[in-house]
Amino acid sequence: MHPPHPLSPAPVAPDRRRWLAASALAAGLPAWATRAAAQPAHSLLTRPIPASGEALPVVGLGSWITFNVGNDPVARDARAEVVRAFFSEGGRLIDSSPMYGSSQPVIGHALAKLGHPAALFSAEKVWVGDAARGAGQMAASRAHWGVPRFDLMQVHNLLAWEEHLPRLQAMKAAGQLRYVGISTSEGRRHAELERILRTQAIDFVQLTYNLLDREAEQRLLPLAQERRIAVLVNRPFRQGDLLDQLRGHPLPGWAREIGCDSWAQVALKFVVSHPAVTCAIPATSQVAHLRQNMGAAHGRLPDATLRARMARDVAAL
Amino acid sequence: MSEWWTYRPADLLMFAPRTYWRLFELQNQALWPLPVLTTLVFLAVGLGLLRRNDTALRAGTAALALCWALVAWSFHLQRYAPINPVATVSAGVFAVQALGLLALAGTGGLRTTVHLLRCEIGLGLLAWALLLYPLHALVAGRLLVQAEVFGFAPDPTAIGSLGLLLCADAKGRFARGLLGALQGVAVAWCVVSAATLWTMASQQGWVPLIAAVIALAVRWHWPHPLDRRPTGIASRR
Repeated sequence: MHPPHPLSPAPVAPDRRRWLAASALAAGLPAWATRAAAQPAHSLLTRPIPASGEALPVVGLGSWITFNVGNDPVARDARAEVVRAFFSEGGRLIDSSPMYGSSQPVIGHALAKLGHPAALFSAEKVWVGDAARGAGQMAASRAHWGVPRFDLMQVHNLLAWEEHLPRLQAMKAAGQLRYVGISTSEGRRHAELERILRTQAIDFVQLTYNLLDREAEQRLLPLAQERRIAVLVNRPFRQGDLLDQLRGHPLPGWAREIGCDSWAQVALKFVVSHPAVTCAIPATSQVAHLRQNMGAAHGRLPDATLRARMARDVAAL
Repeated sequence: MSEWWTYRPADLLMFAPRTYWRLFELQNQALWPLPVLTTLVFLAVGLGLLRRNDTALRAGTAALALCWALVAWSFHLQRYAPINPVATVSAGVFAVQALGLLALAGTGGLRTTVHLLRCEIGLGLLAWALLLYPLHALVAGRLLVQAEVFGFAPDPTAIGSLGLLLCADAKGRFARGLLGALQGVAVAWCVVSAATLWTMASQQGWVPLIAAVIALAVRWHWPHPLDRRPTGIASRR
């Protein structure tokens, strides 16, 4: 049984709440979208970053594949609308990597188009085997995003982490970034990741966790909680495979009990209801899906008993 | 890459299929109406080859070099590389292939093959690349504006090249080796493209693979003759 975790509402101006509700209704959006928009935005669920207490909405925005659209002007503008919807829903954390092709400049295009929203919490990665080239890569990433500094810099897939982490810590001390982290995905190198969590002073860890991939529950998530390390969760939908698998199955009765009207929200609420998890970062290329995802940052979250049932029921489908 | 054996091909695919197919739409829009002109030029080359015209073969090979260079620059570097950095390598390979085709066209040893049936099958591949390949977009449920056109998209260019080169024999060790290498590159691209398309869960991956198998089988069955060119009318073999 997990101990209760503090969840805090994110303050949002009443004017914006009214605007959200009115614009959603005027746009003739689906029922779930209008509900999410009409819902008081102050109910957006947040989690504190243990290192600072800063609150982060429990749903962020990933960019793997979905933002890698190259020079296509139409697709770039479409992604800018996804980012616009993300901020209008109260989102903050956007995650990317130099490994993600053109995702960085596409995010930068969106941010520039939106006038660089102040709410942005920028999460980037350094991904280069030769640590001496790390500073140059991070500078290039900043230029792509159009930001003076990143909030969070993670060592991507543990690549050369022994060399990168000291540099990132020095950059943090110099005020060139705010948080230091490390990332992995798809359950790889968990033993080494555990060693890093035990021995290194890091603020964030990013890992894969979802209704079907639950290995992190055994050691990594409890360890992160114990070490007061914020957890970002990638691949909450198994890169879409999980939702493909669940498509066509009716939502169980318990989904309504926690305010979910889609499998995407079920999957996200399962992830973010783990007390060690700070923020899930689903990726999407569609505004409608973005709003659906953000709906998981509202309302009631499942308790430990229901979480166990959710995992059991989904595994049986 | 650590624990590389745990990665599936799909894990390495860093773009969505929709983004990939959109590249061809952008390519066609940017270069229109050149795709139509190129198709007409190569239909004329095909007619020349049907009449066993050596000039048509050399001109076609030189024009093919321009096509590979255009695909290297306009498709691989300008459009594909932003979403897949490996495409810069493909661009280099296509550029080298263009130089090789240019060199082959310039050698005096290039002539239409003595194997009539090999040439006819090659012309079939060329016709497939020119006329049928663009229609795969429609078959797959995509818009015709996303058609992959010979000379502007890598797959039909590689398939059409295999077809045209099956119509060729080369005189001299250098020219023969060059011809074989150029065919090898086109076959290799077909295999790479098939793997990419399958990773995107597109059944279209079978198309370049079948073309490559046909080209290899024909090439194996009717190998290039040595330097001596038979006189008189060649047999159907």
